[in-house]
Amino acid sequence: MSELKIQDKTIAVPGEVLATGMDYLPSFGTYRAGDDILASRLGLVTIDGKVIKIVPVSGRYLPKRNDVIITKVTEILMSGWRVDTNSAYSAVLPLRDASSEFIARGADLSKFFDIGDYMMAKVTNVTSQNLVDISMKGPGLRKLRGGRIIEVNTNKVPRIIGKQGSMVSLIKQHTGCSILVGQNGLVWMHGPDPQKELLAIEVIKKIEKESHLSGLTDRVKDYLEKRTGGEK
Amino acid sequence: MTWQRANGRKPDELRPISAKVGVIKQAVGSAMFQQGNTKALAAVYGPRELHPKFMQDPEKGYLRVYYNMLPFSGAGDRVRPGNNRRSKEISMIMQSALRPVVDLNAFPNTVLDVFIELPQTDAGTRCAAICAASMALADAGIPMKDLVSAVSMGKVEDTMVLDLDYIEDSHEIGVDIPVAMIHHSKEISLLQMDGIITKEELMKNIDMVKKACDEIYEVQKQALKDSFAKGE
Repeated sequence: MSELKIQDKTIAVPGEVLATGMDYLPSFGTYRAGDDILASRLGLVTIDGKVIKIVPVSGRYLPKRNDVIITKVTEILMSGWRVDTNSAYSAVLPLRDASSEFIARGADLSKFFDIGDYMMAKVTNVTSQNLVDISMKGPGLRKLRGGRIIEVNTNKVPRIIGKQGSMVSLIKQHTGCSILVGQNGLVWMHGPDPQKELLAIEVIKKIEKESHLSGLTDRVKDYLEKRTGGEK
Repeated sequence: MTWQRANGRKPDELRPISAKVGVIKQAVGSAMFQQGNTKALAAVYGPRELHPKFMQDPEKGYLRVYYNMLPFSGAGDRVRPGNNRRSKEISMIMQSALRPVVDLNAFPNTVLDVFIELPQTDAGTRCAAICAASMALADAGIPMKDLVSAVSMGKVEDTMVLDLDYIEDSHEIGVDIPVAMIHHSKEISLLQMDGIITKEELMKNIDMVKKACDEIYEVQKQALKDSFAKGE
């Protein structure tokens, strides 16, 4: 006899029994011990038919293929750049993926990207040892000039972006800032004046804090309208 | 003559427990666990790059635990700050108490740092520290099989007692046995003993510890769940 022990969309704690019996299937973040399905990390329980999985709510970023992330150059190598990815692993940007321009042998690589530069890049490959390669070739991938960068919980990035980017375009519209959100939890914003940038930061922090509550888009919209006095 | 406990506590009664998650904002995960006058703060940083490099394991991450009692934490005698033989040992045994539940296979070549500070101590520090650390690890989004709960049991004069305070712990005719238990499987991941006790007495009282660990687990679980209910 199978039985669910926990409600959908509630927080589960490691070791908590989510269901008993063989009628349910363990997916990401869960495991089977005897007849029981147990949580193996802290997160939101999601039940999809017979499949039980856990959506993490905390933790550091782990590089994944095809993620678009914000990186920072930490080292210039013989054949590329080493960058920090805001995770446990650094990544390498090889010369051939750095630019559509021709880069001559022995050229001064700091002319393209210098130490401390931030850029939006795409993860092209992650090995089993978590050696990471990134690329600058692709739409929207570029060096970030000016503006400011904040760090948010990487698990909340989908909420900051919103469905088809609805949330982030809402903030862009009301603050006039250009905003780029990296999957690794770094957010870059550049606005017409510092006040607007600070407002954008404030709103992003608010989303991060209230991400699990419903009606978020409407609340953010009201808040933005109140703060900007209705002007667009 | 049976041993009379402070505050009229029953032999199998725990001191008042309180727990809170997310107490250190800068950390990836953090927790506070208090049991009577013993208080532990745990902060988890990482997974991050491990230095020195020769310690890196290409198959799995490394769990590093650092236990420290603050200088003013005792009964008034100043505790000499920094590392000593005792803290080194406790760091090591905590590491092995937590290692069975933490799954670091996804993080090769990295380290997971767990820092535990004790601002106030009244015996049972390693147990409180293990409880705090396992909550902090869960809060940090680390994949883990289960939570670890720990409590000390022992014997004072001729009475078997649970959760010893400092008077009982340092009693001349007494035994102190800290036990850490993995919640679901009821496996024991730490068992130390200071004093002499018969095998029968020990086995009889493991059941008492099981019950107490279940009680502690509920507090840990609730604290982890509460940290999300309030919009954190």
